[in-house]
Amino acid sequence: MMVKQLSILFSTLLFFSVSANAQDLVKGKKIYETRCLACHQADGGGVPNMNAPLDGSSNVVGNNIARLVKIIRGGYSEKIALDGYYYNNVMTANPDLKDEDIANVLSYVRTSWTNKASKVTIAQVQATKGKK
Amino acid sequence: MKNLKPIFLCSLVILALNLNAQNNAGLKLPEGFKATLFADTIGSARHIAITKNGVVFAKLMYPNKAGKSIIRLEDANKDGVADKINGWANYGGTGIYVKGKDLYATSDNDVYLYQLNDKDEVVNPLSPKTIVKGLIAKNQHASKSITLDGDNNVYVNIGAYSNACQEKDRTAGSKGMMPCPILDSAGGIWKFSGTKENQVYGDGKRYATGLRNVVGLDWNAQTNSLFVMQHGRDQLNSFYPTLYNDAQNAELPAETMYELHEGDNAGWPYVYFDPYQKKKMLAPEYGGDGKKEGGENALNPTVFFPAHMAPNGLLFYTGDQFPAKYKDGAFIAFHGSWNRAPLPQEGYFVAFVPFKNGKPSGEWEIFANGFSGLADGEKVTNVRKVKSRPCGLAQGPDGSLYVSDDARGSIFKISYSK
Repeated sequence: MMVKQLSILFSTLLFFSVSANAQDLVKGKKIYETRCLACHQADGGGVPNMNAPLDGSSNVVGNNIARLVKIIRGGYSEKIALDGYYYNNVMTANPDLKDEDIANVLSYVRTSWTNKASKVTIAQVQATKGKK
Repeated sequence: MKNLKPIFLCSLVILALNLNAQNNAGLKLPEGFKATLFADTIGSARHIAITKNGVVFAKLMYPNKAGKSIIRLEDANKDGVADKINGWANYGGTGIYVKGKDLYATSDNDVYLYQLNDKDEVVNPLSPKTIVKGLIAKNQHASKSITLDGDNNVYVNIGAYSNACQEKDRTAGSKGMMPCPILDSAGGIWKFSGTKENQVYGDGKRYATGLRNVVGLDWNAQTNSLFVMQHGRDQLNSFYPTLYNDAQNAELPAETMYELHEGDNAGWPYVYFDPYQKKKMLAPEYGGDGKKEGGENALNPTVFFPAHMAPNGLLFYTGDQFPAKYKDGAFIAFHGSWNRAPLPQEGYFVAFVPFKNGKPSGEWEIFANGFSGLADGEKVTNVRKVKSRPCGLAQGPDGSLYVSDDARGSIFKISYSK
């Protein structure tokens, strides 16, 4: 009885987490299209020498989530060296994005095109506060 | 079998050369024109310059794999393909200009002068004269393009390190600064002596202002004046979505050509040029709404082109090889857009505008296309995958037109014969 209840509980949890994730990506894509696509392009390939690519980028699929969150929130205005190339355009800050929005858009970017990195949870975004 | 190998390789080389000549190095050209791939994968070739002997110099945005950033190319056997290629210098940059035996090259901060010998070889690769130093370069629009007039003055583009001079660059809702402080040291063309060493801002003169960023520029010997191509502002839809939708952003503002005289003002950041209304419109950062006009005292463009195509090279054709319609006209190398997304991109070609008596005498047209490597009629949607991006233009002593490309690192030579 106990086992059955637990398994129902787990299935329910699993169901909610899966559906929550699916929704994250849809919302994340929407944010990407309105905030990121103009520069990073529909294919995530960016623009050579100007706007850094997100598809296949070591930064984007790497483990330093705090850095990614910081860039999305605060923008980026330094010349960046990435995977052997330089990019020099200014990235707009997004101070109005909520933790959930950032988790959604990062999840979308890290799992789109050829990227196969882990999704980012709201808790992970919240945990980056105060970190550099 | 061993003996066959060299023959086989030779035939492959000949076959490749034939294909190269037959398909015009992949370019689509008007009838009677042909192109060869003069050089390939030399590095991020920005502007190019050609001596009276036909030696080509290319300035690379970054040093290439061999660590060189100025490349000398010579076609000794005159088959349209460079066969002697070497280089020097280790600083990236865009500008290069040759006048007699004087070779000028730029980093993002400085203008240098090298000396060539009678074979057009560089005499002082390690010790150029520093003509201008300490120019502003802050990542965005940092490259310095140069041209000279007939009196040994050098004109340098100092691009604005900003999109629209907002208090916070590229940020929705941030106001335009009034007056725009960037214009004191950038966002215009500066004039310096081409012979005096170690000049700084104070030794030069702000020749023209209100130019967001210029990469392509040329001195027109016929009008004895400077012509420039401005890169228009980006992202009207991103920051003002209630005023401009994606389709409007894709067509606003026009890319513009200006004829400049001392003291001229082209209006950036306060106005942009709308190609449909054919008017200077007040920028939204300064209270504009897509309908309010502005810039009463600002220049009107000499010619305007579709938005965001990034004109990186300008050359007035003075040769006799091309048909008469091309004489004195302007070639423009369009690097190709990125800010038309989510709509398809435009540009990635060399355009031509006919001129008569120093004024445009007809509509602009596409002269050379196919640089992107896509099938005919196919639009660029993935900028990263584009094969070649036209950047620099130069005219050979025989009247051929050379086009450099900073994506693949190639130089195309375009010639005409009846």
